[in-house]
This record gives sequence, C-alpha cells and structure tokens, in this order.
Amino acid sequence: MFGDTSLTQFIFGRLTWEAIPYHEPILVVTFAVVAVVGLAILALITKYKLWGYLWHEWFTSVDHKKIGIMYIILAIIMLLRGFADALMMRLQQAIAFNGSEGYLNPHHYDQIFTAHGVIMIFFVAMPFVTGFMNYVVPLQIGARDVSFPFLNNFSFWMTVGGAVIIMMSLFVGEFARTGWLAYPPLSGADYSPGVGVDYYIWGLQVAGVGTTLSGINLIATIVKMRAPGMTFMKMPVFTWTSLCTNILIVATFPILTATLALLSLDRYVGMNFFTNDLGGNPMMYINLIWIWGHPEVYILILPAFGIFSEVVATFCGKRLFGYTSMVYATCVIMILSYIVWLHHFFTMGSGASVNAFFGITTMIISIPTGAKMFNWLFTMYRGRIRYELPMLWTIGFMVTFVIGGMTGVMLAIPPADFVLHNSLFLIAHFHNVIIGGVLFGLMAGLVYWWPKAFGYKLDPFWGKMSFWFWQIGFFFAFMPLYVLGLMGVTRRVSQFEDPSLQTWFIIAAFGAVLIAIGIASFIMQLIVSFLRREELRETSGDAWDGRTLEWSTSSPPPDYNFAFTPIVHDHDGWYDMKNRGYERPLEGFKPIHMPKNTGTGIILAGISVVLAFALIWYIWWLAAVSFIALLTVAIGHTFNYQRDFFIPAETVAATEDARSKLLAERT
Amino acid sequence: MSAHSDHESAFEPHHAHSHHGDAAGHGSFKSYMTGFILSVILTAIPFWLVMGGVLDNKLLTAVIVMGIGVVQIVVHVIYFLHMNARSEGGWTLMALIFTIVIVGIALAGSLWVMHHLNTNMMPMTHEMMKNMP
Repeated sequence: MFGDTSLTQFIFGRLTWEAIPYHEPILVVTFAVVAVVGLAILALITKYKLWGYLWHEWFTSVDHKKIGIMYIILAIIMLLRGFADALMMRLQQAIAFNGSEGYLNPHHYDQIFTAHGVIMIFFVAMPFVTGFMNYVVPLQIGARDVSFPFLNNFSFWMTVGGAVIIMMSLFVGEFARTGWLAYPPLSGADYSPGVGVDYYIWGLQVAGVGTTLSGINLIATIVKMRAPGMTFMKMPVFTWTSLCTNILIVATFPILTATLALLSLDRYVGMNFFTNDLGGNPMMYINLIWIWGHPEVYILILPAFGIFSEVVATFCGKRLFGYTSMVYATCVIMILSYIVWLHHFFTMGSGASVNAFFGITTMIISIPTGAKMFNWLFTMYRGRIRYELPMLWTIGFMVTFVIGGMTGVMLAIPPADFVLHNSLFLIAHFHNVIIGGVLFGLMAGLVYWWPKAFGYKLDPFWGKMSFWFWQIGFFFAFMPLYVLGLMGVTRRVSQFEDPSLQTWFIIAAFGAVLIAIGIASFIMQLIVSFLRREELRETSGDAWDGRTLEWSTSSPPPDYNFAFTPIVHDHDGWYDMKNRGYERPLEGFKPIHMPKNTGTGIILAGISVVLAFALIWYIWWLAAVSFIALLTVAIGHTFNYQRDFFIPAETVAATEDARSKLLAERT
Repeated sequence: MSAHSDHESAFEPHHAHSHHGDAAGHGSFKSYMTGFILSVILTAIPFWLVMGGVLDNKLLTAVIVMGIGVVQIVVHVIYFLHMNARSEGGWTLMALIFTIVIVGIALAGSLWVMHHLNTNMMPMTHEMMKNMP
C-alpha cells in the first residue's frame, strides 16, 4: 500500500482524481461545451486539411503581421472567457440577497473574480495591445519586420503558454482565490495551500517572459529601424506611444517577475519574505507589486491614446493638433507613472507625508492626460469629421474616459480614499478607464486597421450595434457600482445582507447583458463582414485616406511590407507623399532579404507549459526533464544557421504588378 | 520630384555606411582579463571582511560590502557589457541612466514607504496580536 502511494506520488506529484472538479456541475457543463466546440474545430481543421497551412503559414511564422493578428485572436478568445466570468459575477450578485446563497459558493466565486481580473488584464488587454503594436509599428516606420523576428514568434507563444496554464486551472485543480494580484499572506502557503496560487504564479511568469521580450524587441525596432528621414519628432503618434509603452514594459515587468519569484520561494521552499512572522512583511509584496502594477495600467492606456490620435487626425482630415505636446505628454505620463504607486494602498498606514506625496503626483498625471484630451478636441475643431466607426469609438471614449479620470482624481485624495478604498466605487473607476479607455481604443483600432490587415472593411451596421450596446451597457453596468461604492459596499463579496442594495445590482446585471449583446454584435460584425467581404473589398490600400506610412502599401501588405524603403520628409509621411504627387515605383525591384519561419518558438513555449504544469503539481521528475529539454532546444536553435532567405526580384515584381492592376481597375 | 526620390534601395541602407565606430565594442583579451581580475579582487574583499571579522563595527562592514558591490556592478558594466558613451550612438548609456533612475525610484521609494510604515504601524508580536480587543 505504502509503496504504491509513494510511487503514484512520485509520478503524479499532488495530482489526483480529486483535482478534477467533476462534482461541480457548472464546471462539468463548461467542460462539455469547451470539449465539444474544441473537437468540432479540430475536426474541421482536419477535414479541410488545414494543419499544414496553419503550421507553415501561421504558427511558425516570424512575420510581424501574422504574429500581430494571432495576438489579437488570442485576446478575443480570452475576452470571451473573461467576460463569461463577469456575467457570472453580475448574476450572482444580483440574486444573492435575503439569505440566498446565489448559485456560486464563495469558494467558486472567489476563483471567478480572480480569473476575471487576471485574464482581462494579462490575456485580453496585453495581447490586444501587443498585437496592435506588432502589426502597426513596423508598417508605420517603413520597416520590413521587427528587429528580432524569431524572438517575436517566441514571445507570442509564451503569451499563449501563460493563457493555456490559466485555462487549464479551470478543469484540472482550481484557480487562485486571492484577487488578481494575489496579496500575501492570503496567497502564502499557510492560507492558500492548494494549486490555485501556483497556477497564477506560473501562468504569469511564462506569459511575462513573452511580454518582456516583445517589449525589448519593439524598442529595438523603433529605435533602429525607422525609415530614413523619420526622426523621432516625425514618428507617428501611435509609434511614440508604443515606444513609451515598451519602455514601461521593459522597466517594470522584471519587478513583477522578481516579486512573484519571491512569493514562489515563500510557497515552495518555506522562505519568509511575505509571511507574517519571522521577519516577513506582506506589505512589501503590495509595495513591490504596485511598482509594477501602476505602470502596467499606463502600458495599456498609452497605445490606446496613440490609436485615438491616429483615428482623430485621419477622420478629421487634419494634422493632429499639438503633435509636440502630445509626444511630451506621453513621455511625462511615462515618467510620472513610476512615482504614484502608493495610491493603491493609502490605507496601509504610511502616514501623512508619504500619502500626500503620492496623492499629489497622482493628481499631476491628470494634467498631461487632460492636455491630450484637449489636443484631440482641437483636432476635431473645424475639422471635416467623418463619423465612421473608429471615430464613434473615439468620441465614446472621450465622453466615458473623462468621467473615469475625474473619479480617479477623487480617489487620489488620501482622505477620500480612506472611505472609498476597496469599495465598488474603485471597481467602477477602473472599469470606467479600462473599458472607456483601453477597450474602446482597441475597438477603434480594430475597425481602423482591419482593412489594412485583410483588404476589406468591417460591416458598419453591426459595428454600430456593437458600439451602442457597449456604450450604453457600460453606463448601466458601472454607474450603479459608483452609487453602491459611495454607500460603502466593498468589492469581492458574494452575498449581501441589505435587501435595499439589490435594485442597483440588478441594474448592473442588466448593463452586463447589454455589453454581452455588444460583444455578440462584434462577433456578428466579424462574421458578416467576412461573408460580405467582396462587397466591402478595399483595393486602394488607403482605406480611410490615411496619413501614416502603413497606408502606402497594399492591403493586406505583401510579406516584405515595402518593395522600397520609403523616405520620410514630414510627419504624417504618407499624407505628405500624397500631397507631393507620389508615384509608386514600378520597376527596378531587387531581391529582398527576409527571415525564415521556425518552429522553435512554439516548441519552447510548449515545453515551458509542461514545466509550469510539473511545478504546479510538484511532479519533480517532469520538471527536471522539461527544464533540460527547454535548455537543449534553446541551445540547439542557436546552431540553426539557415535563418534567412531572399524573395527573388521576379516575385517582388509580380506582386507589385498585381497591385498595379488592382489600382488600375479602380479608376 | 521624381518617384525614386521617395525611395532608396533595400541594399544601400544609408545608415550602414555612415555609422562607423558607433557599434557596440567587443573588448579585447586584455580588457576582459582586467575586468576578471578586478571582479575577483572585489569579490574577495567582502569575503575577507566578513569571514575574517576584520572590522569590529558590523554596520561599517555592511556599508563597505554594499559599496564594493556597487563598484563591482560598475566594473561588470564597463568591462563585460562594454558600456561607454559612444556605443550604439549613446543609446546604451541612455538606457543605463534610465535603468539607474528607475531602480533608484523603486529602491528609495520602497525604503521610504516601508520606513514610514514601520514607524507609524507599531510592529506587533504574537502576544500582542492575541491580546488585541
């Protein structure tokens, strides 16, 4: 008997049948649905013999455009999961009154709000933003790819790996019940002995490798690969905000990695960095994680600001008002975002002088942000505004985000924060800026750059449906939370005593349903547009009368982006070229040097997932094996010298001629 | 303007020629040896100070060890990472300064915050916690 147990334990670590949640009906049904849909997709891929195509053209691709698209697909899939969590929470809170437990027990509810936060930030917003930066930045600066194409592929698959680890926790074991930042001592070994927090740690560590590397990659790309003539002050604003975002990523993600590493040392080998006794200090974790956490929110919002800047300038037919001030505002926000982190824990007890300092720096951030808002307004002023979808999202953003910004300044006042800390007011505030800012920006960007990526515009009807349902649904879902927060309702509560609160939660749940219709309309928009793609086809390559270099190539751009590297004379380079009567060069093509596809990225990420799984379940032999495999594959890859090839001049000429024909058909 | 003035050939990237001497240095055998010997010395001193119990003042020892650690970082950065004001057109130096600023903010800020916390929130023993109302 004993021998058997220890052998099973050696082979499976702490993984037992008990870990499979077959006694939780909700999870069993979810699993059934996921399994059926997943098998159906796999069957379809096999039936249409798409495996080879997917592997050669997408999974192993080092093309920044394809990687960008894959990032966004990942983000949309994870958005559905994260939003399902949100709907479940809204439903639970709407019915758990008058002694009713609702339909989720606290154990399950706590996992859901943790998963919702982790997924929405790390696996929706981050890949969405990174996807746009990947796709758009090289095109905007006239480059053929990013600086390190293989690294880019590897980064993407590490992000997917993190997402896979988080998703695994749904059906094998459990997820953390600690909230999205896993504060100790709750997340320590004493109070969270299960695998939940380990899933959290390793999911984020694996994805964090990808995020950091892609940050380095994009900084190098922007600094070293700009087209001749494009000085820093002639860079498109989106590229500027991407640069600042990536600097923030590179500077802060190591802090997250280190903090989580310290937490794992506490959990795995019994150290005492963040425990209550033996000299540990849990507040140190909170301090460190917010040194990463606050810049993180600017990592998300800055690219969205960049998208709005491009959209406003394009759809108002004007040069962006105050380009220079926009650039400086971005840089100032980047710096200031480092010295505000304590406003997340004013109530910790650090006293008046510290709180005053961080309260004031927080309020100062609203100044450059406000300057940006006025820049967009003044760009619209006397512009010929085209109210197309991207512009709608932008205006929706301006209205919504300003409200979120003002409640943010309220929270920056330490005495007010003592009342509002950890209340639903805070929840309403950050959803207000993240949905109203980041998400609306990403939606605007998706509609704006879709024709560039796929050669057809998105259907406006379903787009408008999506916009209005999101916009109105947002106000229904989160304005009640402001009210509840002011009444003192705290976050992360699964049942309520006071029946008078129920109305507000029902309104919020109604808002969530409206948002669900918004998301459904968005999916519908993608499907309808795909089916109507011939009607919506856009052959000029310049779908919106754009101003920046990405609109100078065909849609979708050829593998090599630009047959000849463009030369930039002014910011809004493409607008300037159009004004000066630019003509496409039609001959004199040369072979183009390109990086080769490689499967190493996906293999390394796959092994990392196995390693993480082994560490989560204490399967030490598997951890050792996969770690050695990881090193072997990584070192083996350095001996692969066949990394590049040339696109022959004839192929380039044929591609460009095909485009000339398309352009000729237009007139 | 002619069409081709807006372009340049992919095979004559202008920056390939005009940036001679900007690339990161690779160091020589001599510079690596200098760096190596300096790091060995700088590693040996703290060990000697601590294990030999050379100074009576523990605080002073700690400060000296930390100081030598900082010097060690500088040695690594100069001899192994080839940091100087010229490499990559000054970008590496700028990145270094940025890093120092960020690390400085994080360290100084954390110390400041945790110091205030320690002063304001009286540290509690287990006994005190048990006797709390």
